[in-house]
Amino acid sequence: MPIFDAILLARIQFAFTISAHIIFPATSIGLAGFLAVLEAMWLRTGDAVYKQMYFFWSKIFAIAFGMGVVSGVVMAYEFGANWAGFSRIAGPITGVLLTYEVMTAFFLEAGFLGVMLFGWEKVGARGHFFATLMVATGTLVSTFWILASNSFMQTPQGFAMENGQLVPIDWWKVIFNPSFPYRLAHMTIAAYIVAAFLVVACSAYHLLAGRRDLAVKRSFSMALWILLMLVPIQMIVGDAHGLNTRQYQPAKIAAIEGLWETERGGTSLNLVGFPDMQEEQTKHAVKVPHLGSLILTHSWDGEIRGLKSFPPQDRPYSPILFWTFRIMVGLGLLMLLLSLAALALRRGGRIYETRWFQRWALYMGPTGLLALLAGWVTTEVGRQPWTIYGVLRTADSASPLDAQQVGTSLLTFVVVYFLVFGLGIYYILKLMKKGPGSETQSSVQTAAHPALVNNPLYRPEDPIDR
Amino acid sequence: MNLDLATVWAAIIGLGLFLYVVLDGFDLGIGLLFPFLEKSADREVMLNTVAPVWDGNETFLVFGGAALYAVFPVAYATLLPANYLPVVLMLAGLIFRGAAFELRAKATRTRHMWDLAFIAGSVQAAFCQGVILGSLLQGIKIVDGRFAGGSFDWLSPFSVFCGLGLLVTYATLGCGWLIIKTDGKLQENMYALMRPISAVLLSTIFIASAWTVLGNPAVAERWFGGHRLVYFAPVPVLVVASIWGIWRAVNRRNERLPFPLALFVLFMGYTGLIISIWPYIIPPSLTIWEAAANHSSQLFMLVGAAIILPIILCYSFMQYRVFRGKVRESDAGYH
Repeated sequence: MPIFDAILLARIQFAFTISAHIIFPATSIGLAGFLAVLEAMWLRTGDAVYKQMYFFWSKIFAIAFGMGVVSGVVMAYEFGANWAGFSRIAGPITGVLLTYEVMTAFFLEAGFLGVMLFGWEKVGARGHFFATLMVATGTLVSTFWILASNSFMQTPQGFAMENGQLVPIDWWKVIFNPSFPYRLAHMTIAAYIVAAFLVVACSAYHLLAGRRDLAVKRSFSMALWILLMLVPIQMIVGDAHGLNTRQYQPAKIAAIEGLWETERGGTSLNLVGFPDMQEEQTKHAVKVPHLGSLILTHSWDGEIRGLKSFPPQDRPYSPILFWTFRIMVGLGLLMLLLSLAALALRRGGRIYETRWFQRWALYMGPTGLLALLAGWVTTEVGRQPWTIYGVLRTADSASPLDAQQVGTSLLTFVVVYFLVFGLGIYYILKLMKKGPGSETQSSVQTAAHPALVNNPLYRPEDPIDR
Repeated sequence: MNLDLATVWAAIIGLGLFLYVVLDGFDLGIGLLFPFLEKSADREVMLNTVAPVWDGNETFLVFGGAALYAVFPVAYATLLPANYLPVVLMLAGLIFRGAAFELRAKATRTRHMWDLAFIAGSVQAAFCQGVILGSLLQGIKIVDGRFAGGSFDWLSPFSVFCGLGLLVTYATLGCGWLIIKTDGKLQENMYALMRPISAVLLSTIFIASAWTVLGNPAVAERWFGGHRLVYFAPVPVLVVASIWGIWRAVNRRNERLPFPLALFVLFMGYTGLIISIWPYIIPPSLTIWEAAANHSSQLFMLVGAAIILPIILCYSFMQYRVFRGKVRESDAGYH
């Protein structure tokens, strides 16, 4: 068998396209919430700074949303193209959940996005606020359905298998499956944290560059308050999610912890180490006695099943899970530290003047996304070797394609994604570098080419490629 | 079963796909017409006529895919692997086009690159959609609910012709849309384009129909067997009449008529297509009932669709109303 068979290539392709995709929806879910708050504040107080902030972040939101739409269309067709076996068998459930997402969320978002971005002069302030609210609601409804579908694949229930297809028996059970509430809460909060860190980093950049106007300071402060609130909650939710996973997907937990033996009288925790699937042990492990039980069972000597108690063909690939999980948790701890430091520096407005803190905040910008991706890799790789846990194996889920076809499409997507989404991200960063309110401040200093100035459509306020 | 859900769902998905072809049809058509207008300001206006609505239009494609996945999983799981390469290229084209929508107006130095991305993306996506349609019409080999053909079964002179045909169709729709949404010089240019382009569309429909009938005895039997031709005869007659109507409207500079007439031509073509393949969802062997999911899934979806789809149509319509009227160069840029 060649090293890269069609299934492995299809898996790599899925991992690549879904990771590239989730960056944008996560950003737009979080930013949509932020925008709704900003517009509500503006309507309530009449303070123009809020409107300035809204305009700025809605531009970034628009790019992220557009990128999310086009990368999402790919997902809607990738299931059938690369995973025909899965689609044929699971379509009657996962397809239905996806269709509900399209009907209740995608249309809602797209239907009101136009008004939100381009309708200021056409619908009035209240109509516009309603559009923003609908878009923000749409992003949340979308999260609901796609996580119901994903959670069903992790902890399936409420179905039967008839003629080789899944048949739903109880839709309530299908949707509200055991891992769904935890995953939904964890992901929604994560999306808000992602957006908050983008706002924090952008504001930190402009504070470091010497700007002290209200739009920058207020963005910085608001986002740090949001983080102080959400990061601790996220840790509690994550912990609860872990307990739930131990109950329903014990092999995933064992692989996350690099735990091979089922230890009696309290399980220790591998802080770091190198799990080896062949030798069935975690090398160079640094262990803390009882800590594993304490974290995963909330008791001193709770038992956790080790990987050896699962047949080798049912074990998820521990070397990846072990580290992606630790990256996620480590970043979470750093986030908590930053939020607490911000709280401490609040007195006397020192957060606006403390350069080391601002530099730290700037570097933390992408950590929301990194932690999110690490978390998703953990939960998805941890579901292997199943696409639907305990029901359908990944090996039985693929399309009848040869490695050449899947390799070609993978290559196409990699090139197109790096080109298009790379540029999209580059433009988002450019916009962030300009910062809120730059339209009014910097238009004087922009020296444009004469030919462009004569063009009525040339808008010097924000070319993104100069 | 007293209510045949599979038929109901075939109708809903059929309608969804038709709406997609209509709505993203004129979006994509605008990309196809870009090369005919070189002035950057004209192109900006063209883009702005659809900038607020293209997201929603493309959502119908996601809806069609998702609903197929849910209600006719076997069709979804065979059509896509059978058209693997065209599907991938269509998606890549849509990515380029979508990115150009968001980024073109924000760029200055690299604007011509985004123009190119917009044109190439639109052409590629539209052409591939036509090829997929063509491959569906010529039949896909399915054994035991799985695609059993080769990697390049989709490629044939007929499917390539369908690809080109869809380009013409979308360009006609785009042209009609722009006649409504623009004025002045740009509108004149579109009037000038509308006649030749709709003439090409008519011949394309004629050739595609003849090709389908001649190459496919089952389709010929469907149209000409018994007295059926009597019932079906209005379809081609109405197509010819509509094209004639478009020419007349253009001559009289009636700006409102060409677009709906072009839509009507498309609707007739679509109807002809359904007459040709019904009740197969994938000719020559997979019927809608064989492809359908279980009753419970179809029913659960139908309840939701019956409530939500009318609401979607309402606010989509509202959105078009908010952005009604002419788009001009002097308008504040949308971006």
